[in-house]
Amino acid sequence: MSKKDNLYVAPLKKAKGLGSAHEGTEHWMMQKITAILQIPLIIWLIYSIIKLQGTSYAEFNNWLAQPINAILMIILVCSVMLHAKLGTQVVVEDYISNKKLKMVKLICHKILFFGMGVAIIFSILKIAFGG
Amino acid sequence: MPPVQRPLSPHLQVYKLPLTALMSITHRITGVSLAIGTLLVTAFFIAGASGQEHYDFVMNLATSIFGQIILFLWSAALYFHMCNGIRHMFFDMGKCLDKKTAMRSNYYVLAGAIALTFATWTCAIGGLHV
Repeated sequence: MSKKDNLYVAPLKKAKGLGSAHEGTEHWMMQKITAILQIPLIIWLIYSIIKLQGTSYAEFNNWLAQPINAILMIILVCSVMLHAKLGTQVVVEDYISNKKLKMVKLICHKILFFGMGVAIIFSILKIAFGG
Repeated sequence: MPPVQRPLSPHLQVYKLPLTALMSITHRITGVSLAIGTLLVTAFFIAGASGQEHYDFVMNLATSIFGQIILFLWSAALYFHMCNGIRHMFFDMGKCLDKKTAMRSNYYVLAGAIALTFATWTCAIGGLHV
């Protein structure tokens, strides 16, 4: 990079993609963003579970059909699935040394957490729209 | 020349892990457990969307002794992971990294997790009046 180019390039541009893996910043960022987002949402969830414990089917449906509950639950599910996918990805990368097995595990994790997220969101919407 | 048989380090089998290291591995174990727990959450929501008898089956399971034990361990794992996760954010900001503060923060995390678990189950058993 010539000296002239440097005038218009922020230091961040040079840092991006460096290090032995050439990636990771975004992974770390998403892990932290989802973690912070989950703190209030998990407290809300546990409060709700305590309030709803042993509740009847109709009451549970009514509760989840309220927009605020359905929306918060969908946001929480998206956040949790992404957080779990990112977290278990690191565990797999750290402990599984066989390259093929590692690749298979990572792809399975992606599909599994994405699939669970879709299944839960569909269930919430079905209940919310009175299916 | 034969290779020199030097001791390898760290030897997990003979090395007594300090509390900070135990907390670190517990964070991973609770994290993976919670990730596996999302399967149960998924099952619960699918049951909820599938009708009365499926919902009742899951609710009976959750309120049984076995279900309550699982839920108790689940809440404890969740609170530990949350408290330790908050501490990780301080670590990431470059705070609490010296040996003494890091050691002290172990106890804050443990105390926080135990207190939150205790408070949650007091509310769950005693009823919520808010």
